[in-house]
Amino acid sequence: MARQGFELPSGEVTPRSLYFGRRAFLATGALGAGAVLLAGRSAGAAAGKPPGKLAPLTGLKDSPLSTTDEKLTKYEEVTTYNNFYEFGTDKADPARNASTLKPRPWTVKLDGELKKPRTVDLDALIKQFPLEERVYRMRCVEAWSMVIPWVGFPLGDLIKSLEPTSKAKFVAFETLRDPEQMPGQRHQVLDWPYVEALRIDEAMNPLAILAVGLYGEVLPNQNGAPLRLVVPWKYGFKGIKSIVRISLVEKQPATTWNISGPSEYGFYANVNPEVDHPRWSQARERRIGELFRRKTLPFNGYGDQVASLYSGLDLKANY
Amino acid sequence: MEAALAKKPRSKVLERAVFALACAPIAWLGVAALTGRLTADPIAFLLNQLGLTALQVLLASLACTPLQQVFGWKWPLRLRRMLGLFAFFYACAHFLTYSVLDQGLAVGEIWKDVVKRKFITIGMATFAILLPLAVTSTNKMVKRLGFHRWKLLHRLVYLAGALAVVHFYWRVKKDHTEPLVYGAILALLLGVRLVSFMRMAINDRAKRSSLAG
Repeated sequence: MARQGFELPSGEVTPRSLYFGRRAFLATGALGAGAVLLAGRSAGAAAGKPPGKLAPLTGLKDSPLSTTDEKLTKYEEVTTYNNFYEFGTDKADPARNASTLKPRPWTVKLDGELKKPRTVDLDALIKQFPLEERVYRMRCVEAWSMVIPWVGFPLGDLIKSLEPTSKAKFVAFETLRDPEQMPGQRHQVLDWPYVEALRIDEAMNPLAILAVGLYGEVLPNQNGAPLRLVVPWKYGFKGIKSIVRISLVEKQPATTWNISGPSEYGFYANVNPEVDHPRWSQARERRIGELFRRKTLPFNGYGDQVASLYSGLDLKANY
Repeated sequence: MEAALAKKPRSKVLERAVFALACAPIAWLGVAALTGRLTADPIAFLLNQLGLTALQVLLASLACTPLQQVFGWKWPLRLRRMLGLFAFFYACAHFLTYSVLDQGLAVGEIWKDVVKRKFITIGMATFAILLPLAVTSTNKMVKRLGFHRWKLLHRLVYLAGALAVVHFYWRVKKDHTEPLVYGAILALLLGVRLVSFMRMAINDRAKRSSLAG
């Protein structure tokens, strides 16, 4: 597939993306003085080369939606500090245990309110959409954050291609359930399989992507291989991993953490410094790699692109 | 009884070994810090490890008396004060990690946390209880307070243990197995004391009634 515009790999971010990134940054105007100091330093430039651990993904489009003014979290940290309870509840567990997951061959069931329900091979599915690099902030509900260069394609493009019926109001996602491959599922820590969902207009927002890689390489198992959701304005747990089913549905689906603790984890789970988790503050977060906490931004700093989705919605009640 | 034990010259091998063992967690964290192995979120890791160690050592100090009561061993009693002080040491390190490293000494934020978040309120209460116990841990203090009052004060350590378990339980995001295991250990240790206390009370009464008769 042809690259559009810029031929440079992620390690050498272009003036265009820097320009767009800085514009977005100035528009949101929220990163504070510390980030201004970093403004000249692009995320890509700080990233260095792909780590060379897994199969490289080539022909990646650059995206104006990428965050370019922040330092990337190290590959090593992105891949060893994970919440993926299917492989254990400690954040080091997924990196240790996820080798049992077999990310290929992999099929995804597409069903519900769409023209032609079917099960597709993942590689065939990915081939339909040009891959892009998207550098996003990732804010965990536990008040830590990272900056991750994902590789993926817009979720909206997939949904459009499915030709949804008029009844399609929500998109529901399901993780693989296989205690053989996912040893954490032998314990009933959560209701397996993990399920997540978005309102269809949220899913169509250009920021929402399905990721198949990070740092220019295929996704490591512990990060949700081979296919995961990334919605950067929401808490990390919305980013369901190792997806085997995507359904378009009429009614708001149940979501795993909401089932587990309805007073602590809502359906929307938009990053919101004003609405605390009942047991801890969401006002500040620790960026992995930094010593002191920084302020958390509404919608994780993506308010310009997504705040309009929630106009008229009481965000304190719909957390 | 303890004073008598202290006067008798004896080998300090046990004390030294346990001292070294109790230093191991902080030494291990130090090495991990120097070699960059404190995970991607070092402060959270330090905070959790120090808190967990504080609880473990506190439970170890609470195990000394029950061990003596069940097995008749005297040696655990020689370790009790040292283990209690180590528990306080780790609780201090845990508290300092929270207030200095995690919160950057933002007093306003800390106060908000303490007032608003039950698990932090409980954690601070635990620390507030351990503090006077550590201060009054010397022989001189036992004398100054009088053994009876000193003992009453130090019974608060049971409360500290229970609060520490609740603090852990409320903090855990999902899997409560670990705090429940510590809770069960604490319950067992307190249960042993309760049984032995009741047995003593019954014996006392029997003795008294036989004397009266």
